[in-house]
Amino acid sequence: MDFALNEEQRRAQEMVRDFASKEIAPTIAEWDRRQEMNPAILPRMAELGILGINIPVRYGGQGFDYLTLALVCEELERVDTTLRVIISVHMGLNSMGVFQWGTEEQKQMFLVPQARGERYAAFCLTEPGAGSDVAAMTSTARRDGNDYILNGEKMWISLATKAHHFLVFAKTDPQATPAHAGITAFMVTNEMPGVTTRDLHGKLGVRAGSTGWVKLDDVRVPASHRIGEEDEGFKIAMSCIDNGRYTVAAGAVGLIRACLEESVKYAHERSTFGVEIGKHQLIQQKIAYMQQWYESARLLVMKAGWLKNVGQRNTRETSLAKWYATDCSVKAALEAVQLYGAYGFSDEYPVERYLRNAKGGVIYEGTSEIHQLIQADYALGYREDKPLRCELPAYNEDAWLEEADLVPA
Amino acid sequence: MHVVVITKATPDDNATVRVDPQGVVTWGDKLVLNPWDEYAVTEAVLLQERYGARTTVLTLGNEAHDEALKKSLAIGIQQAARIWDPALEKHDSLQHSQAMAAAIRKLGDVDLVLFGKEFTDTANDQHIYMLGRQLGWNVVGSMLKLLQVDPTAGTLRLERMLEQGIQTVSTRLPAVVSLFDDINEPRYPSFVNIRKASRAAISIWDAAELDLALEPPAVEVLEYLNLPERVGNVEMIEGDTPSAKAQALVQKLMEAKLL
Repeated sequence: MDFALNEEQRRAQEMVRDFASKEIAPTIAEWDRRQEMNPAILPRMAELGILGINIPVRYGGQGFDYLTLALVCEELERVDTTLRVIISVHMGLNSMGVFQWGTEEQKQMFLVPQARGERYAAFCLTEPGAGSDVAAMTSTARRDGNDYILNGEKMWISLATKAHHFLVFAKTDPQATPAHAGITAFMVTNEMPGVTTRDLHGKLGVRAGSTGWVKLDDVRVPASHRIGEEDEGFKIAMSCIDNGRYTVAAGAVGLIRACLEESVKYAHERSTFGVEIGKHQLIQQKIAYMQQWYESARLLVMKAGWLKNVGQRNTRETSLAKWYATDCSVKAALEAVQLYGAYGFSDEYPVERYLRNAKGGVIYEGTSEIHQLIQADYALGYREDKPLRCELPAYNEDAWLEEADLVPA
Repeated sequence: MHVVVITKATPDDNATVRVDPQGVVTWGDKLVLNPWDEYAVTEAVLLQERYGARTTVLTLGNEAHDEALKKSLAIGIQQAARIWDPALEKHDSLQHSQAMAAAIRKLGDVDLVLFGKEFTDTANDQHIYMLGRQLGWNVVGSMLKLLQVDPTAGTLRLERMLEQGIQTVSTRLPAVVSLFDDINEPRYPSFVNIRKASRAAISIWDAAELDLALEPPAVEVLEYLNLPERVGNVEMIEGDTPSAKAQALVQKLMEAKLL
């Protein structure tokens, strides 16, 4: 067992940390207040290669492993949840789905420009009336010659107004039993006639990000844009979510770290009753718990990342990591606000933003309640994972770096 | 054109440097690329991109200084070498410049040597000027902007930041130049260069390899001391109105000769 990061992972982590702390942290509170996404973020993340971090070089990515993806998410969410959300949808839910399920032609058509950051990607599963109950979706896809005609409305879509590529799930067989058996996945682009997108405002958290809706009115989608087979969409959605959840879990670890680091800093700065508050035992208890939550959540994420690296199915472990890490991030943020006292209640300090952002994490990508059902089902033997037609490829450094120019000049 | 950056690993800007009662210095948790040299490394990489320059980074020290070399490679410098010899354990600036001059002669075709403003750990910059003297090259300090390199004419035009304003000068190459922090926006490592850096072989040159005859250092560090503890006083300024408070504050600042 080896817990050490290698030199390349460490340096990638440091690079993303520098980027987020130097370029994003100084103005994030202001963007959060304005409920707008800083327009410099996506182009800058693209330029730095972050949007293709764990995609093989031959598909336009940087060829790092799945553990590095987690490190990147931790560093991004250490500064703000909205940064990690970008990776969750662009990489976890969309690009990794295409990498896993797409044909070679689709990888060239969609994955390459996404990994290079030339096109941003989003994921459209949730509907106004269908969240955890995916099979209740009402979006439809009707075959028409070499095309499909898509209709429906997708809700709570991160990067709704920013993305070029939407991985959309719709029913090709609305009468199928069970209902989830009639779902198919399509890559819809924002240029297609009939696609309308808008941002939502008034959210509790992730206010410096883009969250919105995507409406599809008789959108004509070529059959070449269908990802996977017809009626295979539910399996595709679930494996995309395995990857999305992994990034959410890793990000939540960063959010716990943010609470911990800011709390430690404040515990040294603030004095009451003649001593810095870090000397008070009830403050120490909060710090101790944050440390415990950070370390334990991180281990669960790293375990899931290791399973991804070696190519083993990790739905169970990823669900556990996501449930635990996001729950802990809410607890850590609550304690951080409490530790800051009245200042924690004000947006003068960042901890109230951590609390508002943390609450999203226990709702999206499987509510904490859904994860409890999943974990109980595994433990009770009610649930087991069957092999998929297309598994997420195990990390293979040589293959991932194929076509990379690493020869010193 | 061949551009060389000379650097070292120094304590992180945020590190707490401490001297224990036995006089042993703890330089913080980790060493980083000397912050001033991030600008020099970036400027060399820009020359690489703009003029097709070859780039090398050099340091003097034990393996702790590999961090500065690796980070430079990760930002985009093409090759790295570290000078190390037990005889250099307590080197002074003069020995530093002698060793670097020997390394630059070994490289053979160097046109330009870049330095950040100083080494932050010792706030030292005399090795820059000493190197120019050792090599017999022009030395230009405080470069604010590199205007033009003419490799065929062998000249360099640049702006310098002076207290009185900005001065434009040109110099013959080869030259030794130290630069100012406003010169560029330091680059982050790129993912592909992170790969190259971790795979790079760093050459290690000792005194014999550099044909370096070293005399004992002329300067010896006798001891390090902790900085005196800072003590501050907080005083609430009283007054009936904001302007009365402001007047009282101004009065106090004038009494303290701060205004």
